[in-house]
Amino acid sequence: MIAGVLEPGGDASVLLYIVSFSLFIFGVRRGTHPTTAKQGNLIAAIGMAIAVATTLLLDGIGNWGLIVGGLAIGTAVGVVASIRVQMTQMPQMVALYNGVGGGAVALIAWSEIRHGITEIDEGILTELPLETLVPVLFSAVVGSVSFWGSNVAFAKLQDLIPTRPLAVPGQQVINALLLVGIVAACIVIGVNNDDIPEPLFIGVLIAAAALGNLVVLPIGGADMPVVISLLNAFTGLAAAAAGFALDNVALIVAGTLVGSSGTILTLEMATAMNRSVAHILFAGFGGAPAGAAGDGEERPHTSIGAQDAAIKLAYADSVVIVPGYGLAVAQAQHAVKELADELEKHGVEVNYAIHPVAGRMPGHMNVLLAEADVPYEKLREMDEINPELPRTDVAVVIGANDVTNPAAKNDPDSPIAGMPIIEVHEAQEVIVIKRSLSPGFAGIDNDLFYEPNTSMLFADAKQAAADIASEVEGL
Amino acid sequence: MDLIVEVTIFVLAAFVGFEVISKVPTTLHTPLMSQTNAIHGIVMLGGLIVVGFGDDALEYTIGVIAIAFGTINIVGGFMVTDRMLGMFARKPRKESGDS
Repeated sequence: MIAGVLEPGGDASVLLYIVSFSLFIFGVRRGTHPTTAKQGNLIAAIGMAIAVATTLLLDGIGNWGLIVGGLAIGTAVGVVASIRVQMTQMPQMVALYNGVGGGAVALIAWSEIRHGITEIDEGILTELPLETLVPVLFSAVVGSVSFWGSNVAFAKLQDLIPTRPLAVPGQQVINALLLVGIVAACIVIGVNNDDIPEPLFIGVLIAAAALGNLVVLPIGGADMPVVISLLNAFTGLAAAAAGFALDNVALIVAGTLVGSSGTILTLEMATAMNRSVAHILFAGFGGAPAGAAGDGEERPHTSIGAQDAAIKLAYADSVVIVPGYGLAVAQAQHAVKELADELEKHGVEVNYAIHPVAGRMPGHMNVLLAEADVPYEKLREMDEINPELPRTDVAVVIGANDVTNPAAKNDPDSPIAGMPIIEVHEAQEVIVIKRSLSPGFAGIDNDLFYEPNTSMLFADAKQAAADIASEVEGL
Repeated sequence: MDLIVEVTIFVLAAFVGFEVISKVPTTLHTPLMSQTNAIHGIVMLGGLIVVGFGDDALEYTIGVIAIAFGTINIVGGFMVTDRMLGMFARKPRKESGDS
């Protein structure tokens, strides 16, 4: 159809690829500042358009029907999904996109292997050179791990499977054996690079798929953002490896860029949660003390209604709202904003305390509250607000749980020991709006609910916020 | 391309990646993850090459799925990032610091 105008591997196409990856680097650089991030994203997208167009213009590209079909399906799914997804579901959306990216890498690796086998059969090649085969095997394994790992992360965040850590006995041993098996099979394939056993390669893909599942399944939902970020970096490296196999400079640079920047981002995220990446991957939550939850013992707590809550809040001088994932699920951000507006009319100073991982990802809660037009300067970071809490009259915890659990500070045996928390128990009074006393993501009981200065308001976050707001209005 | 040249490019790109991400505010962790996530969708080019120069039915099938997957990764990734960052853009007062 369209005559190829660019010679594959020729100067013109490589120059265009260089333009494209320069725009990626520039775009990511702009993405690290709040004011320029949106523009940076657009710049990176333009770089991507140039890379795709360049490839389509390569001389000798055929099968337009199939190519256009694949592009059309992918575009349709991508556009519809990203328009329809709610802000609350953003983390699992990113996981899903990362998964399909990993899947694409693994599939491309498989077809490279098949291509190599065909060329050997036809006598074009005597062997698939190791400088091609090694990156192909790497991208196959990492792509497959990333595809399945991301899908598990998606399923956990979407509540399709339990978010609690699911551990298989002897987990570490099984994982280690799988890894050893994969490496051994890759070595066998590498030694037989003049007559590649395709079934063994497919076996490698399947073993990597099992490994991806087994590594992510035992990880608790709260740690999932770090895992998605790590898998994102992995997919980047796998794409770079595919670039080595295909001799494509755009793939090498873009993949490596994502691999290394993703690694840094993962470490920063883990630091923000006060967890080490190794601890998340290999220890997970769970372990012995997790039994603390759900043994059914009733502990005394104070329960109040919307009217009492309204009185406590309206006559306070300072109120700090601690939003959590429950707020996001209930779509309560607008109702909470209205409550805050009512309180401010009564002369109450209202601030929001944002835990680094409030919601389900760093920055997630900021996005949700920005959506409800909460002024940026009212969103206070944890380290900034914690010293002010003892001077705060009322802290309102809405749909947050583990991030307010004083056990993280006080109980060294707690599974969440050491996790940074918003120290609401230091406030004069605490109101917790929650559906029930059930444990949160970490699957452990929250001591905060049983503190003498804590009142529980059992309701849906959105309904409760609206009820309290109308009570405040009537005062 | 020479393997050594490719390795050189790889090493330099790795350092660029480390340098580019420095002290990102936690607020931007999610959008930035989403944006870099979209960028690795570039592997879709491999799918284009596989299908465009391919030679058997299974290869075509694998390639078309790879193109569709990669395109979802790219298109969805950039659009979702744009939506997220659009939420920040609507904030009433802008950050005083220059970029």
